[in-house]
Amino acid sequence: MNVNHFYGQDLISTRALNRDQVEAILQTAKTYKEGTAQCQLTDKIIATCFFEPSTRTRLSFEAAAMRLGANVIGFSDAQNLSIQKGESLSDTMRMLEGYADLIVLRHPNEGAATLAADCVNIPVINAGDGANQHPSQALTDFFTIAECQDKLDGLNIALCGDLKHARAMHSFLDLCALYDVRLYLIAPPALTLPETLCDTLKKRGVRFSFHQQLSEVMDHIDILYMTRIQRERIAAEAQGVANIVLQADLLKKVKPNFKILHPLPRQQELPAAFDDSPYAYWFQQANNGLYVRQALLSLILNEALYE
Amino acid sequence: MNNATLHKKTLSVSAIENGTVIDHIPPGQATRIIQLLSLAEKKYSVMVGMNLKSTHKKRKDLIKIEKHLLADQDVDRITAFAPSATINLIKDFQVVKKISAHLPDSIAAVFVCPNAMCITQNEPINTLFYLTDEGKKITLRCHFCEKQFDRDDVELRYRYADI
Repeated sequence: MNVNHFYGQDLISTRALNRDQVEAILQTAKTYKEGTAQCQLTDKIIATCFFEPSTRTRLSFEAAAMRLGANVIGFSDAQNLSIQKGESLSDTMRMLEGYADLIVLRHPNEGAATLAADCVNIPVINAGDGANQHPSQALTDFFTIAECQDKLDGLNIALCGDLKHARAMHSFLDLCALYDVRLYLIAPPALTLPETLCDTLKKRGVRFSFHQQLSEVMDHIDILYMTRIQRERIAAEAQGVANIVLQADLLKKVKPNFKILHPLPRQQELPAAFDDSPYAYWFQQANNGLYVRQALLSLILNEALYE
Repeated sequence: MNNATLHKKTLSVSAIENGTVIDHIPPGQATRIIQLLSLAEKKYSVMVGMNLKSTHKKRKDLIKIEKHLLADQDVDRITAFAPSATINLIKDFQVVKKISAHLPDSIAAVFVCPNAMCITQNEPINTLFYLTDEGKKITLRCHFCEKQFDRDDVELRYRYADI
Protein backbone atom coordinates (compact mmCIF):
# COMPACT_ATOMS: atom_id res chain seq x y z
CA MET A 1 0.00 0.00 0.00
CA ASN A 2 1.23 3.49 -0.82
CA VAL A 3 2.12 5.72 2.10
CA ASN A 4 -0.24 8.61 2.72
CA HIS A 5 2.11 11.53 3.31
CA PHE A 6 -0.80 13.84 4.13
CA TYR A 7 -1.94 11.88 7.19
CA GLY A 8 -1.86 14.12 10.23
CA GLN A 9 -0.20 16.92 8.28
CA ASP A 10 -1.15 20.59 7.90
CA LEU A 11 -1.94 22.21 4.58
CA ILE A 12 -0.75 25.79 4.93
CA SER A 13 0.83 26.69 1.62
CA THR A 14 1.05 25.22 -1.88
CA ARG A 15 4.75 26.15 -1.73
CA ALA A 16 5.33 23.01 0.33
CA LEU A 17 3.70 20.61 -2.16
CA ASN A 18 5.50 18.57 -4.79
CA ARG A 19 4.01 17.25 -8.01
CA ASP A 20 3.37 13.74 -6.68
CA GLN A 21 1.46 15.17 -3.74
CA VAL A 22 -0.65 17.40 -5.98
CA GLU A 23 -1.42 14.43 -8.23
CA ALA A 24 -2.44 12.35 -5.18
CA ILE A 25 -4.88 15.05 -4.06
CA LEU A 26 -6.36 15.51 -7.55
CA GLN A 27 -6.68 11.76 -8.04
CA THR A 28 -8.42 11.37 -4.69
CA ALA A 29 -10.75 14.27 -5.52
CA LYS A 30 -11.62 12.53 -8.78
CA THR A 31 -12.74 9.42 -6.89
CA TYR A 32 -15.08 11.59 -4.84
CA LYS A 33 -16.50 13.22 -7.94
CA GLU A 34 -16.99 9.84 -9.58
CA GLY A 35 -18.58 8.46 -6.41
CA THR A 36 -16.11 5.62 -6.00
CA ALA A 37 -14.38 6.80 -2.79
CA GLN A 38 -15.07 4.82 0.36
CA CYS A 39 -13.64 7.00 3.11
CA GLN A 40 -15.82 7.93 6.09
CA LEU A 41 -14.97 10.29 8.93
CA THR A 42 -17.92 9.42 11.18
CA ASP A 43 -15.96 9.75 14.43
CA LYS A 44 -14.30 13.06 13.54
CA ILE A 45 -15.08 16.67 14.39
CA ILE A 46 -13.98 19.42 11.99
CA ALA A 47 -13.69 22.98 13.33
CA THR A 48 -14.28 25.63 10.65
CA CYS A 49 -12.98 28.93 12.02
CA PHE A 50 -13.69 31.84 9.71
CA PHE A 51 -12.50 35.20 11.00
CA GLU A 52 -13.24 36.65 7.56
CA PRO A 53 -16.34 36.38 5.36
CA SER A 54 -16.60 33.34 3.10
CA THR A 55 -19.32 31.63 1.10
CA ARG A 56 -17.86 28.87 -1.09
CA THR A 57 -14.83 27.94 0.98
CA ARG A 58 -16.64 27.61 4.31
CA LEU A 59 -19.75 25.94 2.92
CA SER A 60 -17.80 23.54 0.72
CA PHE A 61 -15.52 22.55 3.61
CA GLU A 62 -18.57 22.00 5.82
CA ALA A 63 -20.44 20.14 3.08
CA ALA A 64 -17.33 18.03 2.44
CA ALA A 65 -17.05 17.17 6.13
CA MET A 66 -20.75 16.32 6.39
CA ARG A 67 -20.68 14.19 3.23
CA LEU A 68 -17.84 12.26 4.84
CA GLY A 69 -19.95 11.75 7.96
CA ALA A 70 -17.94 14.11 10.17
CA ASN A 71 -19.45 16.61 12.58
CA VAL A 72 -18.76 20.30 12.16
CA ILE A 73 -18.30 23.00 14.77
CA GLY A 74 -17.10 26.54 14.23
CA PHE A 75 -18.02 30.09 13.42
CA SER A 76 -18.44 32.23 10.36
CA ASP A 77 -17.37 35.57 11.80
CA ALA A 78 -15.39 36.80 14.78
CA GLN A 79 -18.03 39.20 16.11
CA ASN A 80 -19.37 36.96 18.90
CA LEU A 81 -16.09 35.40 19.95
CA SER A 82 -13.74 35.99 22.85
CA ILE A 83 -11.43 37.57 20.25
CA GLN A 84 -13.58 40.63 20.91
CA LYS A 85 -12.50 40.40 24.56
CA GLY A 86 -8.88 40.41 23.51
CA GLU A 87 -8.27 36.67 23.27
CA SER A 88 -5.30 35.85 21.06
CA LEU A 89 -5.51 33.62 18.02
CA SER A 90 -3.02 31.26 19.68
CA ASP A 91 -5.29 30.81 22.70
CA THR A 92 -8.35 30.28 20.52
CA MET A 93 -6.54 27.61 18.51
CA ARG A 94 -5.21 25.85 21.63
CA MET A 95 -8.72 25.74 23.03
CA LEU A 96 -10.10 24.29 19.79
CA GLU A 97 -7.40 21.64 19.78
CA GLY A 98 -9.24 20.02 22.68
CA TYR A 99 -12.56 20.01 20.86
CA ALA A 100 -11.82 19.03 17.26
CA ASP A 101 -9.72 16.67 15.13
CA LEU A 102 -8.87 19.23 12.45
CA ILE A 103 -9.04 23.01 12.13
CA VAL A 104 -9.97 24.84 8.92
CA LEU A 105 -8.89 28.44 9.40
CA ARG A 106 -9.53 31.64 7.50
CA HIS A 107 -8.04 34.83 8.91
CA PRO A 108 -7.36 38.35 7.61
CA ASN A 109 -3.74 38.29 8.77
CA GLU A 110 -1.07 36.68 6.64
CA GLY A 111 0.65 33.83 8.44
CA ALA A 112 -2.28 33.14 10.76
CA ALA A 113 -2.53 29.53 9.61
CA THR A 114 1.19 28.99 10.17
CA LEU A 115 0.83 30.35 13.69
CA ALA A 116 -2.15 28.06 14.32
CA ALA A 117 -0.25 25.05 12.99
CA ASP A 118 2.75 25.93 15.17
CA CYS A 119 0.73 26.00 18.36
CA VAL A 120 -1.59 22.96 18.04
CA ASN A 121 -0.99 19.25 17.52
CA ILE A 122 -3.99 18.61 15.29
CA PRO A 123 -3.86 19.29 11.52
CA VAL A 124 -4.64 22.79 10.26
CA ILE A 125 -5.89 23.61 6.77
CA ASN A 126 -5.35 27.17 5.62
CA ALA A 127 -8.61 28.40 4.09
CA GLY A 128 -7.10 31.79 3.27
CA ASP A 129 -4.73 34.02 5.25
CA GLY A 130 -4.94 37.64 4.14
CA ALA A 131 -3.42 38.06 0.69
CA ASN A 132 -0.97 35.22 1.23
CA GLN A 133 -2.25 31.73 0.44
CA HIS A 134 -5.42 29.78 -0.28
CA PRO A 135 -4.15 26.29 -1.11
CA SER A 136 -7.48 24.43 -1.30
CA GLN A 137 -8.71 26.95 -3.89
CA ALA A 138 -5.58 26.53 -6.03
CA LEU A 139 -5.95 22.75 -5.85
CA THR A 140 -9.58 23.15 -6.89
CA ASP A 141 -8.42 25.29 -9.81
CA PHE A 142 -5.91 22.69 -10.93
CA PHE A 143 -8.47 19.89 -10.55
CA THR A 144 -10.83 21.93 -12.73
CA ILE A 145 -8.19 22.65 -15.37
CA ALA A 146 -7.22 18.97 -15.52
CA GLU A 147 -10.91 18.12 -15.88
CA CYS A 148 -11.68 20.52 -18.72
CA GLN A 149 -8.35 20.23 -20.56
CA ASP A 150 -7.58 16.58 -19.83
CA LYS A 151 -4.00 17.57 -18.99
CA LEU A 152 -1.98 20.01 -16.90
CA ASP A 153 1.27 20.19 -18.88
CA GLY A 154 1.69 22.19 -22.07
CA LEU A 155 -1.07 24.71 -21.35
CA ASN A 156 -1.15 28.46 -21.96
CA ILE A 157 -2.85 30.11 -18.99
CA ALA A 158 -3.77 33.79 -18.67
CA LEU A 159 -4.23 35.26 -15.20
CA CYS A 160 -6.27 38.45 -15.24
CA GLY A 161 -7.34 40.89 -12.54
CA ASP A 162 -5.95 41.67 -9.09
CA LEU A 163 -2.71 39.70 -9.17
CA LYS A 164 -1.31 41.61 -6.21
CA HIS A 165 -3.84 40.68 -3.54
CA ALA A 166 -5.54 37.51 -4.79
CA ARG A 167 -4.29 34.83 -2.40
CA ALA A 168 -5.77 32.06 -4.55
CA MET A 169 -3.59 33.34 -7.37
CA HIS A 170 -0.47 33.21 -5.21
CA SER A 171 -1.17 29.59 -4.32
CA PHE A 172 -1.97 28.91 -7.97
CA LEU A 173 1.45 30.21 -9.04
CA ASP A 174 3.20 27.77 -6.70
CA LEU A 175 1.40 24.91 -8.42
CA CYS A 176 2.21 26.31 -11.86
CA ALA A 177 5.89 25.89 -10.98
CA LEU A 178 5.31 22.13 -10.78
CA TYR A 179 3.98 21.86 -14.34
CA ASP A 180 4.99 22.89 -17.84
CA VAL A 181 2.68 25.87 -18.24
CA ARG A 182 3.15 29.25 -19.93
CA LEU A 183 1.62 32.19 -18.05
CA TYR A 184 0.27 35.48 -19.38
CA LEU A 185 -0.25 38.07 -16.65
CA ILE A 186 -2.82 40.81 -17.28
CA ALA A 187 -3.56 43.31 -14.52
CA PRO A 188 -4.15 47.02 -13.93
CA PRO A 189 -0.68 48.54 -13.25
CA ALA A 190 -1.44 49.13 -9.55
CA LEU A 191 -2.47 45.50 -9.07
CA THR A 192 0.20 43.61 -10.94
CA LEU A 193 2.09 40.65 -9.55
CA PRO A 194 4.51 41.67 -6.76
CA GLU A 195 8.18 41.69 -7.73
CA THR A 196 9.12 39.06 -5.15
CA LEU A 197 6.62 36.63 -6.67
CA CYS A 198 7.98 37.38 -10.15
CA ASP A 199 11.46 36.57 -8.85
CA THR A 200 10.18 33.32 -7.40
CA LEU A 201 8.57 32.37 -10.72
CA LYS A 202 11.85 33.08 -12.53
CA LYS A 203 13.84 31.02 -10.06
CA ARG A 204 11.44 28.12 -10.43
CA GLY A 205 11.65 28.25 -14.21
CA VAL A 206 8.09 29.36 -14.97
CA ARG A 207 7.73 31.19 -18.30
CA PHE A 208 5.58 34.31 -18.04
CA SER A 209 4.98 37.70 -19.65
CA PHE A 210 3.03 40.83 -18.80
CA HIS A 211 0.25 42.22 -20.97
CA GLN A 212 -2.02 45.24 -20.84
CA GLN A 213 -5.01 43.90 -22.75
CA LEU A 214 -6.79 40.55 -22.91
CA SER A 215 -6.92 40.92 -26.71
CA GLU A 216 -3.14 40.37 -26.82
CA VAL A 217 -3.44 36.77 -25.65
CA MET A 218 -6.96 35.47 -26.30
CA ASP A 219 -6.23 33.55 -29.51
CA HIS A 220 -3.54 31.30 -28.03
CA ILE A 221 -4.54 30.61 -24.43
CA ASP A 222 -6.26 27.47 -23.15
CA ILE A 223 -7.41 28.93 -19.82
CA LEU A 224 -8.40 32.45 -18.81
CA TYR A 225 -8.44 32.74 -15.02
CA MET A 226 -10.13 35.98 -13.95
CA THR A 227 -10.26 37.48 -10.46
CA ARG A 228 -12.08 40.38 -8.86
CA ILE A 229 -10.30 43.39 -7.37
CA GLN A 230 -9.90 42.69 -3.65
CA ARG A 231 -11.03 46.15 -2.53
CA GLU A 232 -11.01 45.13 1.13
CA ARG A 233 -7.22 44.71 0.92
CA ILE A 234 -6.05 47.51 -1.35
CA ALA A 235 -4.75 50.90 -0.34
CA ALA A 236 -7.08 53.91 -0.42
CA GLU A 237 -5.20 55.52 -3.31
CA ALA A 238 -5.83 52.45 -5.48
CA GLN A 239 -9.53 52.12 -4.68
CA GLY A 240 -10.51 53.83 -7.93
CA VAL A 241 -8.66 51.31 -10.11
CA ALA A 242 -10.92 49.67 -12.68
CA ASN A 243 -10.61 45.96 -13.39
CA ILE A 244 -10.21 44.46 -16.84
CA VAL A 245 -13.64 43.35 -18.09
CA LEU A 246 -14.42 40.38 -20.33
CA GLN A 247 -16.03 41.56 -23.60
CA ALA A 248 -17.98 39.38 -26.04
CA ASP A 249 -15.78 40.25 -29.02
CA LEU A 250 -12.77 38.81 -27.18
CA LEU A 251 -14.29 35.33 -27.51
CA LYS A 252 -14.43 35.32 -31.32
CA LYS A 253 -10.97 33.88 -31.94
CA VAL A 254 -10.42 31.60 -28.96
CA LYS A 255 -9.21 27.99 -29.21
CA PRO A 256 -11.88 25.24 -29.25
CA ASN A 257 -10.74 23.92 -25.87
CA PHE A 258 -10.70 27.41 -24.29
CA LYS A 259 -12.32 27.76 -20.85
CA ILE A 260 -12.79 30.63 -18.39
CA LEU A 261 -12.32 30.18 -14.64
CA HIS A 262 -13.11 32.55 -11.77
CA PRO A 263 -12.81 31.71 -8.05
CA LEU A 264 -15.92 33.85 -7.30
CA PRO A 265 -17.33 36.08 -5.96
CA ARG A 266 -17.23 38.13 -9.13
CA GLN A 267 -17.82 41.79 -9.80
CA GLN A 268 -18.09 43.61 -13.11
CA GLU A 269 -15.06 41.84 -14.63
CA LEU A 270 -17.12 38.75 -15.53
CA PRO A 271 -20.68 39.73 -16.52
CA ALA A 272 -23.47 37.19 -15.86
CA ALA A 273 -24.29 37.40 -19.57
CA PHE A 274 -21.45 34.91 -20.14
CA ASP A 275 -22.88 32.27 -17.79
CA ASP A 276 -24.30 30.28 -20.71
CA SER A 277 -21.19 30.62 -22.84
CA PRO A 278 -19.59 27.32 -23.93
CA TYR A 279 -16.40 28.71 -22.44
CA ALA A 280 -17.87 29.32 -18.98
CA TYR A 281 -16.50 26.93 -16.36
CA TRP A 282 -16.63 28.89 -13.11
CA PHE A 283 -19.64 27.15 -11.58
CA GLN A 284 -18.11 23.73 -12.30
CA GLN A 285 -14.97 25.13 -10.64
CA ALA A 286 -16.96 26.12 -7.53
CA ASN A 287 -18.63 22.69 -7.47
CA ASN A 288 -15.25 20.97 -7.72
CA GLY A 289 -14.23 22.68 -4.49
CA LEU A 290 -16.40 20.17 -2.67
CA TYR A 291 -14.55 17.13 -4.07
CA VAL A 292 -11.10 18.62 -3.54
CA ARG A 293 -11.97 19.47 0.06
CA GLN A 294 -13.38 15.97 0.61
CA ALA A 295 -10.07 14.65 -0.69
CA LEU A 296 -8.06 16.90 1.63
CA LEU A 297 -10.08 16.01 4.74
CA SER A 298 -9.96 12.29 3.99
CA LEU A 299 -6.23 12.25 3.17
CA ILE A 300 -5.32 14.22 6.28
CA LEU A 301 -7.56 12.29 8.68
CA ASN A 302 -7.13 8.76 7.28
CA GLU A 303 -3.83 6.95 7.32
CA ALA A 304 -4.82 4.62 4.48
CA LEU A 305 -4.88 5.99 0.94
CA TYR A 306 -8.14 5.59 -0.90
CA GLU A 307 -7.63 5.00 -4.59
CA MET B 1 49.70 67.53 24.88
CA ASN B 2 52.98 65.58 25.26
CA ASN B 3 53.82 62.39 23.35
CA ALA B 4 52.95 60.05 26.22
CA THR B 5 49.52 61.55 26.56
CA LEU B 6 48.99 61.43 22.82
CA HIS B 7 50.03 57.76 22.71
CA LYS B 8 47.69 56.88 25.57
CA LYS B 9 44.83 58.71 23.90
CA THR B 10 45.49 56.95 20.59
CA LEU B 11 45.51 53.56 22.32
CA SER B 12 42.26 54.23 24.14
CA VAL B 13 40.54 54.75 20.78
CA SER B 14 42.29 52.32 18.51
CA ALA B 15 43.03 49.31 20.68
CA ILE B 16 41.49 47.36 23.53
CA GLU B 17 43.33 45.24 26.05
CA ASN B 18 40.76 42.46 26.28
CA GLY B 19 37.49 41.94 24.42
CA THR B 20 36.08 41.63 20.92
CA VAL B 21 36.73 43.59 17.74
CA ILE B 22 34.20 43.41 14.91
CA ASP B 23 35.98 44.75 11.84
CA HIS B 24 35.12 45.24 8.16
CA ILE B 25 31.48 45.98 8.84
CA PRO B 26 29.76 47.47 5.77
CA PRO B 27 29.33 51.24 6.23
CA GLY B 28 26.13 52.11 8.03
CA GLN B 29 25.61 48.70 9.63
CA ALA B 30 27.49 49.35 12.91
CA THR B 31 24.52 51.03 14.54
CA ARG B 32 22.27 48.11 13.65
CA ILE B 33 24.75 45.65 15.14
CA ILE B 34 24.89 47.75 18.32
CA GLN B 35 21.10 47.57 18.43
CA LEU B 36 21.13 43.87 17.67
CA LEU B 37 23.53 43.09 20.52
CA SER B 38 21.85 45.65 22.83
CA LEU B 39 25.34 47.06 23.49
CA ALA B 40 24.02 50.49 24.44
CA GLU B 41 22.10 48.97 27.35
CA LYS B 42 25.01 46.99 28.76
CA LYS B 43 27.94 48.05 30.88
CA TYR B 44 30.74 47.18 28.50
CA SER B 45 32.89 49.96 27.08
CA VAL B 46 32.08 50.10 23.38
CA MET B 47 33.99 52.03 20.75
CA VAL B 48 32.48 52.60 17.34
CA GLY B 49 34.18 53.76 14.17
CA MET B 50 32.03 54.68 11.22
CA ASN B 51 33.01 55.27 7.60
CA LEU B 52 36.66 54.53 8.37
CA LYS B 53 39.14 54.11 5.56
CA SER B 54 40.11 50.49 5.15
CA THR B 55 43.27 49.13 3.57
CA HIS B 56 41.33 48.48 0.38
CA LYS B 57 40.46 52.20 0.24
CA LYS B 58 36.84 51.30 0.86
CA ARG B 59 34.89 52.58 3.80
CA LYS B 60 34.00 50.37 6.71
CA ASP B 61 32.51 50.44 10.20
CA LEU B 62 34.22 49.01 13.25
CA ILE B 63 33.06 48.05 16.76
CA LYS B 64 35.28 47.30 19.73
CA ILE B 65 33.78 45.84 22.89
CA GLU B 66 35.97 45.91 25.96
CA LYS B 67 36.04 43.00 28.42
CA HIS B 68 33.34 41.04 26.62
CA LEU B 69 33.55 38.00 24.34
CA LEU B 70 30.68 37.46 21.95
CA ALA B 71 28.66 34.27 22.15
CA ASP B 72 28.50 32.09 19.00
CA GLN B 73 24.84 32.94 18.59
CA ASP B 74 25.65 36.65 18.54
CA VAL B 75 28.45 36.09 16.04
CA ASP B 76 26.10 34.34 13.64
CA ARG B 77 23.47 37.05 14.04
CA ILE B 78 26.04 39.67 13.07
CA THR B 79 26.49 38.02 9.69
CA ALA B 80 22.95 39.07 8.79
CA PHE B 81 24.27 42.64 8.73
CA ALA B 82 27.92 42.10 7.94
CA PRO B 83 28.59 38.83 6.12
CA SER B 84 32.21 39.76 5.45
CA ALA B 85 32.99 41.05 8.95
CA THR B 86 36.00 39.71 10.77
CA ILE B 87 35.54 39.08 14.46
CA ASN B 88 38.66 38.92 16.62
CA LEU B 89 39.04 38.07 20.29
CA ILE B 90 41.66 40.22 21.96
CA LYS B 91 43.80 39.40 24.98
CA ASP B 92 46.62 41.65 26.19
CA PHE B 93 46.20 43.78 23.07
CA GLN B 94 46.87 40.72 20.86
CA VAL B 95 44.46 38.83 18.58
CA VAL B 96 44.19 35.41 20.21
CA LYS B 97 41.37 34.03 18.08
CA LYS B 98 39.69 34.85 14.79
CA ILE B 99 36.08 33.79 14.73
CA SER B 100 34.50 32.85 11.44
CA ALA B 101 30.85 33.74 11.27
CA HIS B 102 28.25 31.74 9.37
CA LEU B 103 25.00 33.10 8.10
CA PRO B 104 22.39 31.28 10.18
CA ASP B 105 19.53 29.52 8.41
CA SER B 106 17.05 31.40 10.55
CA ILE B 107 16.85 34.19 13.11
CA ALA B 108 14.14 34.33 15.77
CA ALA B 109 12.95 37.30 17.81
CA VAL B 110 15.32 39.82 16.22
CA PHE B 111 13.49 41.47 13.32
CA VAL B 112 10.08 43.02 12.83
CA CYS B 113 8.18 41.80 9.79
CA PRO B 114 7.65 44.86 7.54
CA ASN B 115 4.37 43.39 6.27
CA ALA B 116 1.66 45.32 8.15
CA MET B 117 -0.78 42.44 7.58
CA CYS B 118 1.54 39.78 9.00
CA ILE B 119 0.09 37.92 11.98
CA THR B 120 3.23 38.81 13.96
CA GLN B 121 2.01 42.43 13.98
CA ASN B 122 -1.11 41.46 15.93
CA GLU B 123 -0.18 38.48 18.10
CA PRO B 124 2.25 38.37 21.03
CA ILE B 125 4.67 36.03 19.29
CA ASN B 126 8.29 36.08 18.28
CA THR B 127 9.12 36.62 14.64
CA LEU B 128 11.12 34.07 12.69
CA PHE B 129 12.94 34.74 9.44
CA TYR B 130 14.77 32.40 7.06
CA LEU B 131 17.94 33.94 5.65
CA THR B 132 19.41 33.50 2.20
CA ASP B 133 22.72 34.88 0.97
CA GLU B 134 22.13 35.82 -2.65
CA GLY B 135 25.65 37.07 -3.32
CA LYS B 136 25.30 40.84 -3.25
CA LYS B 137 22.33 40.86 -0.90
CA ILE B 138 20.86 38.96 1.98
CA THR B 139 17.14 38.26 1.87
CA LEU B 140 14.86 37.32 4.70
CA ARG B 141 11.64 35.32 4.33
CA CYS B 142 9.06 35.54 7.10
CA HIS B 143 8.13 32.12 8.53
CA PHE B 144 4.56 33.31 9.00
CA CYS B 145 3.45 35.48 6.07
CA GLU B 146 6.03 33.95 3.66
CA LYS B 147 6.93 37.38 2.29
CA GLN B 148 10.53 37.99 1.29
CA PHE B 149 12.45 41.15 2.11
CA ASP B 150 15.81 42.72 1.52
CA ARG B 151 17.77 42.78 4.76
CA ASP B 152 17.96 46.58 4.77
CA ASP B 153 14.18 46.84 4.70
CA VAL B 154 13.75 44.87 7.93
CA GLU B 155 13.90 46.68 11.25
CA LEU B 156 15.10 45.25 14.54
CA ARG B 157 12.52 44.21 17.09
CA TYR B 158 12.45 44.71 20.83
CA ARG B 159 8.93 43.67 21.77
CA TYR B 160 8.55 40.12 23.08
CA ALA B 161 12.27 39.51 22.63
CA ASP B 162 12.42 37.62 25.91
CA ILE B 163 9.52 35.24 25.17
